[in-house]
Amino acid sequence: MRRFIARNAPAYAFLTPWLLGFFLLALGPILASLYLSFTRYDMVNAPRWVGLANYEYMFTRDRRFWKALNVTFTYVALAVPARLIMALGVAMLLDKGLRTIGLYRAIFYLPSLLGASIAIAILWRQLFAADGVVNAVLGYFGIQGAAWITNPDTSLYTLVVLAMWQFGSPMLIFLAGLRGIPKDLYEAAEIDGTPKWRQFTRITLPLLAPVIFFNLVLQTIEAFKTFSSAFIISNGTGAPADSLLFYTVYLFNEAFKFFRMGYASALAWVLLIIIAIFTAISFLTSKYWVHYENERD
Amino acid sequence: MTLAHEMEEAAHVAHELRVKRDQRARMGRLLKHLFLISVSIVMLYPLLWLLASSLKPENDIFGSLTLWPTEFQWHNYVDGWHGLPVSFTTFYINSTIVTVLSVIGNLISCSFAAYAFARLQFTGRTFLFGLMMMTLMIPYHVVLIPQYVQFLRLGWVDTYLPLVVPRFLASDAFFIFLMVQFFRQLPRELDEAAMIDGCSPFKIYWAIILPLSLPALGTAAIFSLIWTWEDFLAPLIYLNDIKSYTVPLALRLFLDQEGQSSYGQMFAMSVLSLVPVVIAFIMFQKLIVRGIATSGMK
Repeated sequence: MRRFIARNAPAYAFLTPWLLGFFLLALGPILASLYLSFTRYDMVNAPRWVGLANYEYMFTRDRRFWKALNVTFTYVALAVPARLIMALGVAMLLDKGLRTIGLYRAIFYLPSLLGASIAIAILWRQLFAADGVVNAVLGYFGIQGAAWITNPDTSLYTLVVLAMWQFGSPMLIFLAGLRGIPKDLYEAAEIDGTPKWRQFTRITLPLLAPVIFFNLVLQTIEAFKTFSSAFIISNGTGAPADSLLFYTVYLFNEAFKFFRMGYASALAWVLLIIIAIFTAISFLTSKYWVHYENERD
Repeated sequence: MTLAHEMEEAAHVAHELRVKRDQRARMGRLLKHLFLISVSIVMLYPLLWLLASSLKPENDIFGSLTLWPTEFQWHNYVDGWHGLPVSFTTFYINSTIVTVLSVIGNLISCSFAAYAFARLQFTGRTFLFGLMMMTLMIPYHVVLIPQYVQFLRLGWVDTYLPLVVPRFLASDAFFIFLMVQFFRQLPRELDEAAMIDGCSPFKIYWAIILPLSLPALGTAAIFSLIWTWEDFLAPLIYLNDIKSYTVPLALRLFLDQEGQSSYGQMFAMSVLSLVPVVIAFIMFQKLIVRGIATSGMK
């Protein structure tokens, strides 16, 4: 017994802050949030158990919940592929034989680093305003621009463009992945006279699949959690006409504006389950489309 | 025709082919650069526009693509600094306090946990490591509400404790993961030799592991700095008193004042809010790029 303690004591001493954090800031709150999701709770009165009522209301009667899901899924479906395609395209251009790669890499990465800033969200509102820069550029080509931010038909796309502008971090991961592909594969293909696009589909894509998969999962989870830019650009409400009612914005407002903490907890749990399902599907299906180098099939 | 002559001819043709190929390669490189330069301009233009607008007179800002101001309005910066009921001096001090404490907290607590996971043998290691990895997946929004209720009960709302204390409890599992990956690569013999010499685990952590892990610690520190500086959601929830606002919250106040012809000031303060991030980026560019590529952050 004493030896058991002596063996484990140092490790647990090092783990103490994390263990405290895990119980107090992760496990505890998750369970509490699950409990609250079955209650009505306004922070003033004690939580009152209502069973599945929150979930029932959410799925059967809450139009804004469905709207928020719709906005978020549309955003994920557009922004993630757009960002990844940009990232892969630019990474491939940078991969081969450029001495100035460092400078380009830095320029392309900077927007990603600044992307979460409120300053950038404010900037985006002005760029896509009716009298903003984007319309000035379009006017140059004789195109009558829209009031992108205030028109519910177009407002979401301004955020997709913002996401595309920030392709830097998946680009860096793609670059690291491209470095790992042996160059003699391309040389051999070149000698065989294989056309470029075939080299891309037969060498680059299959060998890069694990990295693509990694980026896809990571970026999708990130996209589901989009908050600050949507909050700022929509004035904190999801306006115009709820077209920017991102799931997290809706959740925030339910919790901290209307103090429907029980309902917001139910919303949070649905988000957790969506992300968990997505992650599980990606991992379960990955064996069909991700081939690691050391595997033979 | 002599053989020598033929060979000379052949060499000539080969030379011509090589010149052509080089020319095509040079042409390709040129096109690639032209393309990359135009992408760079598109990437940088919004940032330059922000910078330019911060110096322009009000009626110059909108609908104008030109970056050069007709007249430099340096006073936007001075006016913006004092443009809110509380001056930006306070906001910058607040942001600095929160950021510095968060970085310190993350470095200490995450390196502690990472050292245990990466270098020490103990009962339950695999299980706890699995738990730690699972917390990486959990969206912050799930723990947000109970945490808020808890911190409210503790009387911590409107203080920096809800923003800072979690950092000392290794709440950013991502940094633990990053450091574990790094610590694992260090040769085992180091610890073993030190252990035989009678070093305690803490001594090994402090005198051997940490000094060898400066790249990992640096990466974690910089990202911790940038993310805390830019963080909007947590301050939005926990800080109500304008005197305790961080810079991002203060910027949002400008939006509520819209129409009072304060665009120039708003842009000026936006530019200033990006300065720490840009400086960190320029100084530690190599480290940041390596950190991203090996670990897959944001």
